[in-house]
Amino acid sequence: MSGLQELMRRHGNDRARLIDMLLEIQREAGYVDDQAIQRLAEGLNLSPLEVRETISFYHFIHDRPPGRHTIWLADTVIARMNGYKEVRKALEEACGCVFGQVDASGSFGLFDTNCIGLSDQEPAMMVDDVVFTRLTPERVRRIVTGLRAGRSAQSLAAVKDRDPTDSDFAAQLASSAIRQRGPVFFSPDRDYPALVEKLVTLLPEELIARVVDSGLRGRGGAGFPTGLKWRLGREAEGAEKYVICNADEGEPGTFKDRVLLMESPEDVLLGMIMAGWALGARHGILYLRWEYGYLQARLQRLLEEWQQARLLGADILGQGFAFDIRIQKGAGAYVCGDETALIESCEGKRGTPRVKPPYPIEEGYLGMPTCVNNVETLAAASRILEKGASWFRALGAPESTGTRLLSVSGDCDRPGIYEIEWGVSLNKVLRMVGAVDPLAVQVSGPSGECVSVARDGERVFCYSDLSCNGSLMIFDRKRDLLEVVEEFTRFFVDESCGICVPCRAGGVDLLHKIRLVRAGRATRRDLDDIRQWGALMHATSRCGLGTTAAKPLLTTLDRFPERYEALLAPDEGPLLPSFDREAALEAHRHAHRILTEDASS
Amino acid sequence: MSVNITIDGLAVRADAGDTLVDVAADNGVYIPTLCYQRGRPCLGTCRVCSVRVNGNVMAACTVPVADGMEVEVNDPADMRKALVELLFAEGNHNCPSCEKSGRCELQVVGYEVGMMVSRFPYRFPLRDRETRPKKIWLENDRCIFCQRCVEFVRDRETGRRIFSIDHRGSRSRIVMDVALADRMSDQQVREAAELCPVGCILQKGLGYNDPIGRRRFEVRRLRQRVLEGEGQ
Repeated sequence: MSGLQELMRRHGNDRARLIDMLLEIQREAGYVDDQAIQRLAEGLNLSPLEVRETISFYHFIHDRPPGRHTIWLADTVIARMNGYKEVRKALEEACGCVFGQVDASGSFGLFDTNCIGLSDQEPAMMVDDVVFTRLTPERVRRIVTGLRAGRSAQSLAAVKDRDPTDSDFAAQLASSAIRQRGPVFFSPDRDYPALVEKLVTLLPEELIARVVDSGLRGRGGAGFPTGLKWRLGREAEGAEKYVICNADEGEPGTFKDRVLLMESPEDVLLGMIMAGWALGARHGILYLRWEYGYLQARLQRLLEEWQQARLLGADILGQGFAFDIRIQKGAGAYVCGDETALIESCEGKRGTPRVKPPYPIEEGYLGMPTCVNNVETLAAASRILEKGASWFRALGAPESTGTRLLSVSGDCDRPGIYEIEWGVSLNKVLRMVGAVDPLAVQVSGPSGECVSVARDGERVFCYSDLSCNGSLMIFDRKRDLLEVVEEFTRFFVDESCGICVPCRAGGVDLLHKIRLVRAGRATRRDLDDIRQWGALMHATSRCGLGTTAAKPLLTTLDRFPERYEALLAPDEGPLLPSFDREAALEAHRHAHRILTEDASS
Repeated sequence: MSVNITIDGLAVRADAGDTLVDVAADNGVYIPTLCYQRGRPCLGTCRVCSVRVNGNVMAACTVPVADGMEVEVNDPADMRKALVELLFAEGNHNCPSCEKSGRCELQVVGYEVGMMVSRFPYRFPLRDRETRPKKIWLENDRCIFCQRCVEFVRDRETGRRIFSIDHRGSRSRIVMDVALADRMSDQQVREAAELCPVGCILQKGLGYNDPIGRRRFEVRRLRQRVLEGEGQ
């Protein structure tokens, strides 16, 4: 246990590094036990329950043994279209336990998780510290047999003898599938030292003006002008300033940030250095979602190489510019994609979105001005430094300049990454990806909208129309769209932080409603309730999660009302259709059975 | 700097940056709150003070007033009512058997928004209560998760939290550190019980002291207390 003192000391006995400490303890011991919680609490001047407050918020931090091998199978709508249920069943049979449990020998723990950023190669699962994709029942049986025989997950994934800091390590585990390249991203042979050199010859104000001029807007979804954010960050007053790269790519269906970090991590680092230069910040944080842990060693090595080359560190290229980057690992919470929740998480706390104002650009990480940018935004900015604002502005559409990456999955011949210019129509994208008989497209993941190909096919991708955050899931005519809606609604209930009433409580009621519809026991009145309760959540929730959680229901009700109406129950007789008479009588039957059995014995 | 805003058409002058819910109260407009208390930092959890600001629904406790702001309190009234109803359906709230009845902010706000019955299905959740501390009883059935206790009650000596959150989402619960709770003075226990807007934090050995008709909100309604101040 002196190891724990040493661990806390290494993190400066700083409460803001609690998540790092918990993850380190877990890496050694498999989970965080009661004794470790007590010691951490004592060392950080917290109550033990305050430590548990953080632990219990995050999906991937355990306070009990999760099995010698911990298996997380991604439960997503795309996986469900590709054999998820069979894979799940095979895993339960092979491991000898059901999901949510550890088998009797303590060898395997089976757990559900939401999208892990591999939608173009699902079903997929994380096992210990690696991922397996394109799963079949046979494949998972082989993997479990191998683990049982004492082989490691790394060896089964054929990466045992590979160096995790190598650039091709992740590619062994998950493919990048870049289907269409464009002018902005993934460009080879960039001279990064020359670009940093170029950066520091610009005045910060010149750099900001250039980014403003380019028209670049945030690629995370909200579309806030990047140059303006940097200017506000420059003007904000603070003893320190921070730049955070949001690599908590949790929106189901998106994986383009993973591919950027695999293929062009240097672009992202350069974008962060640019933001640091623009703001006058000395510190950068790359917030990497837990699910992308297999990218971490390589990113860490890159940071060290750049420090050695003086592209990062106390004195960049001898110009007196100090900027360094640390990696903050997430621990499993979709809501941390919200920038204020992400900042809370960087401070080692629960990822609860803050009350705004103040906005992070004024008071963010540790109360200091903080600029949070998406991975793709930063990578795009790095090209603007190289090619200029007018080059970038000439791409795309007037208010939506440049290109964007789409993560395409679902019913199409060529799922993967596409770089498109803003202004392209949905139909054109569908043809490009080889969509067969598409019915609906989920644009921007569950938090976005479900559009009808028949009605919306000519709409175009741009901030004023289909303002896509990068996730594009395609469903053909054979799909049960309402199963998708139920899945998405469950996702939001799962991921709600619970801090505000409408999201915490309303989400559960909406989930009950869609289940009622799918069970054929809903009436028109239930559809009205969905619309009104959804509007309530949209209007009154505290953060983007709650305001969008009803969108899967609301947008499909709007575009595909016939799918709901076909399932409505006739509203007749003395009982409400929602009343399940058989279930209600079951308790009576059960009691009756016990009584009559007692009497006869 | 002073600014001009309108509240349901009423022209109001206020200091820039003041909190909208306070500004409204100072001008005779009552906006119900369950987590917010004047003079304390905003928690922004209950959303019951939702109003329309320049067309968008916002929680009035989170809004600093700015010049030209147009505020509608009347319009989203049904939303505020719905949020109160959500709370009633989410927990187990039985006013007649609750020792906080007549002193409960959820109950009085329920009356204020005109709630008769919840439009949401009652869930009748099973929740564990915490009875171990010597002086405090935590009746989680009635918790509305406002976070007042979590944020504002601290161990006097170490500054550590006595109340904290466990789990997330609809599984979230308030839990209490028993060792720290046992170090609370009688005075601090009384303050914690008063801080709780509902009958969740209870002081052991005390209850039903005030007879019907003389309980806090029966003597003087919450609306009056907010609009005219606590002192009579």
